Amino acid sequence: MKEVLLKIKRQDNPQTKPYWEEFKVPLTPKMNVISCLLEIQKNPVNVKGQQTTPIVWDCNCLEEVCGACTMIINGIARQACAALVENLTQPIVLQPLTKFPLVRDLMVDRIKMFENLKKIRAWVPIDGTYYLGPGPKVSQSVQEKVYPISTCMTCGCCMEACPYVNNKSNYMGPTAMAQVYLFNSHPTGAMEKEKRLDAITGDGGIADCGKALNCERVCPKEIPLVSIIGELNRQTTFRSFSRWLFK
Amino acid sequence: MKVVVVGGGLAGLMAVIKLCEHDVDVDLISYVPVKRSHSVCAQGGINGAVNTKGEGDSPWNHFDDTLLGGDYLANQPPVLGMCEAAPGIIYLMDRMGVTFTRTGEGLLDFRRFGGTLVHRTAFCGSTTGQQLLYGLDEQVRRWEVEGKVKKYEEWDFLSAVIDEEGVCRGCVAQDMKTMEIRAFPADAVVMCTGGIGMIYGKSTNSYINTGSPASSIYQQGAYYANPEMIQVHPTCIPSEDKHRLISEGVRGDGGRVWTYKDGKPWYFLEEWYPAYGNLVSRDVASRGIYKVCRDLKLGIDGQDFVYLDVTHLEPEWIEKRQHGVLEIYRKFAGEEPTKVPMKIFPAMHYTMGGLWVDYDQMTNIPGLFAAGECEYQYHGANRLGANSLLSCFYGGIVAGDKVPEYGMKLKKDYRNISSKVFETEVAKQKTKMEKIYRLNGSENPYRLKAELNEYMSNNVTVVRYTEKLKETDKKILELMQRYQKIGVCDAGGWSNRTAIFIRHLWNMFEFSRAIVHGALLRKESRGAHYMPEYPDRDDENWLKTTKAKWTPDEPQFSLEDIDTSLIKPRVRRYDVRKDEVIKEEAEKEKVATLRKEEAVVG
Ligand SMILES: Cc1cc2nc3c(=O)[nH]c(=O)nc-3n(C[C@H](O)[C@H](O)[C@H](O)COP(=O)(O)OP(=O)(O)OC[C@H]3O[C@@H](n4cnc5c(N)ncnc54)[C@H](O)[C@@H]3O)c2cc1C
Ligand code: SF4
Ligand code: SF4
Ligand code: FES
Repeated sequence: MKEVLLKIKRQDNPQTKPYWEEFKVPLTPKMNVISCLLEIQKNPVNVKGQQTTPIVWDCNCLEEVCGACTMIINGIARQACAALVENLTQPIVLQPLTKFPLVRDLMVDRIKMFENLKKIRAWVPIDGTYYLGPGPKVSQSVQEKVYPISTCMTCGCCMEACPYVNNKSNYMGPTAMAQVYLFNSHPTGAMEKEKRLDAITGDGGIADCGKALNCERVCPKEIPLVSIIGELNRQTTFRSFSRWLFK
Repeated sequence: MKVVVVGGGLAGLMAVIKLCEHDVDVDLISYVPVKRSHSVCAQGGINGAVNTKGEGDSPWNHFDDTLLGGDYLANQPPVLGMCEAAPGIIYLMDRMGVTFTRTGEGLLDFRRFGGTLVHRTAFCGSTTGQQLLYGLDEQVRRWEVEGKVKKYEEWDFLSAVIDEEGVCRGCVAQDMKTMEIRAFPADAVVMCTGGIGMIYGKSTNSYINTGSPASSIYQQGAYYANPEMIQVHPTCIPSEDKHRLISEGVRGDGGRVWTYKDGKPWYFLEEWYPAYGNLVSRDVASRGIYKVCRDLKLGIDGQDFVYLDVTHLEPEWIEKRQHGVLEIYRKFAGEEPTKVPMKIFPAMHYTMGGLWVDYDQMTNIPGLFAAGECEYQYHGANRLGANSLLSCFYGGIVAGDKVPEYGMKLKKDYRNISSKVFETEVAKQKTKMEKIYRLNGSENPYRLKAELNEYMSNNVTVVRYTEKLKETDKKILELMQRYQKIGVCDAGGWSNRTAIFIRHLWNMFEFSRAIVHGALLRKESRGAHYMPEYPDRDDENWLKTTKAKWTPDEPQFSLEDIDTSLIKPRVRRYDVRKDEVIKEEAEKEKVATLRKEEAVVG
């Protein structure tokens, strides 16, 4: 029987030291990385034949829409559920994301991305959920432009790839920038456009982006992050300039 | 007033927003960060008779289709309420900025879905659930900033806190990082914890859908209604870890199901059901595919699958409308669906049954409410595609409006409840957890789950035989015994996912028994429940809700009549248009009354 060899970086909790452990699981057709981890759960024994604990990781949808299962697979941040074994070189090396606090094994705490969404007011300011008729009309071309941005699943791949997201900087990262663009594009959302632009002007804001362009390359939803950041850059500059003019 | 909402899928988040608008403080508990809830998986769309295609659609027509699709097993008044609210709900989501697909005029576009003949389904490409969930998630975040909502994400729900009067006063949950177990005192609890797909293992559901929270309150005395009503979706990609769904919307956009017969493509659904064709309701389509593959042995290459074909459609057009789904097929099946027909087979998908609730979404335990897929109210014996998202919104709205009304009538505030009530429940849950930590036998819990999955998938899905059901019950009892011999294989006191899973596993066993016993009890075929031994619908004896009550030995059932006050149940046919069936039945009735009159006169 064909087997898959995995090398997994493990850590019992944030206080202890990480260690590596290797596993072999039987290969099945169209197997993905999650199926490998599920196999290990059923038989938590490493290649040395030692009994060990099942791996802890995050996942939910198993079809690349929830963003939960992001991890570093053979050096690249991506979704484990969409990583087919047949396309990976072995041993398959699994590591947790490094830009977020570690919880255990392959699981990290990505709450800071959700907190950023608060800072940038990532919502349409509706009056209430009672009946107020239909929303504003939107042309097909605008819908087609913003739709990909609204599929951002806060997965964190772009954060992992961006050299300017790190311990020493407060940079909110490309995810938040894309969401500013999304809400500023909506007719009602645009009513708070200035507030959002102000939120990304200054510390942790758009100026912290060093245009390294890594983010767009890894985004599984193919969101045009670089051109979005470029456009927002122009808008924040213009806004700072006009604020200075009308002071 | 303070309320705990458990679960932040569509139903939970909608309830939270309504509660906040009523000035209620909310604790929101969720196993996953709410933005990663299973609702993101919904692809095809959400129903509402907005009638923008000049087809004369109406909420009443939507209501009629929903009842027929559900084989009349739903109480009618709440279903009508839902269908009437639907257009307003779609407009609300539109105002929140959800990126719905548009027509050339900039209006919302609608597609066709199963069990109906009109375009009634609003959609965002093929990621409708994701977009709708994000819309609500954003509004909840806004309330979080306002200080009305406090989120407890990555907390596992353990049990309701029920006082000596039998009233729910909050719940107990566990922080999945620190493993701390604590009580959440509140005036009411709303359960919005979704489906149970993991009981079947390879289903279209998400990984965390074990049904553990609903099972847990079922074991505390909440009724579980119509547990046997399990939907098997006709078009899925079979796979090791999950059977991924190919949305019904693909057929709504023109996809055709076929297999080879005598060397030529055979569009069996179109042949058998000329009126609805590929868009017959799901139970009918799944049975059709089973018949082709299992009885006629006409699956492709003699195997368990048939084709779902979009190769005849304009590639650019279908890509725009179904990009998400086609990408899933490309990624997980490794073939190009616009060039080669997709290989699909039915898989477990949805639970029509669920926690019994009254028309205010309250369970039989006062103060304990439920909304979304975890309750039973809107879909009868089979759910129509794109009605689930709708029922999540509507259930969330009703709960969000009715919970404050319940709160006004409460004599005691949650702060005046003796702390003993909470301490007792917390202690009980801690003891349970300690027991799990001490399990040191040789059984692996994940393998026990795999065995459960196999039996449930083989015996309690599309076709059900008494013998096989009994065998399954025996198997579950065996697994429950072997559960005592589990080795926990992880003794860690930090983020111990295995220990948590073991708790869920027991709850899955208890639920499975309710499903199997419900199926054994219902001696007829209705909607998703098909028993060759009793092939017909039997309204005389079985136009009834089955209500399971947990006992230590086995589930005990009572039957409840269905409220059919609005539309008289008709025969369920998808081979002819429903207006023709209505006409035919009216004719028959006329003749019958004439005969009766003649008899009296004669
Ligand atoms: C692949 C797929 C496609 C679908 N497409 C459509 C469609 O196009 N149209 C349609 O109408 N319906 C569709 N459905 C059905 C629909 O998506 C679901 O029924 C619906 O999203 C359920 O929403 P919910 O709010 O009830 O629960 P969920 O979205 O499942 O949310 C459950 C919540 O409960 C929480 N929870 C669960 N367990 C626990 C626990 N132990 N402790 C604490 N919290 C817990 C979770 O964290 C989550 O927040 C589809 C379903 C699938 C599987
Ligand atoms: S362009 Fe570069 S620096 Fe800017 S967000 Fe993307 S990766 Fe980071
Ligand atoms: S922008 Fe792309 S990579 Fe970044 S979080 Fe969103 S989906 Fe993930
Ligand atoms: S599990 Fe949801 S993206 Fe992989």
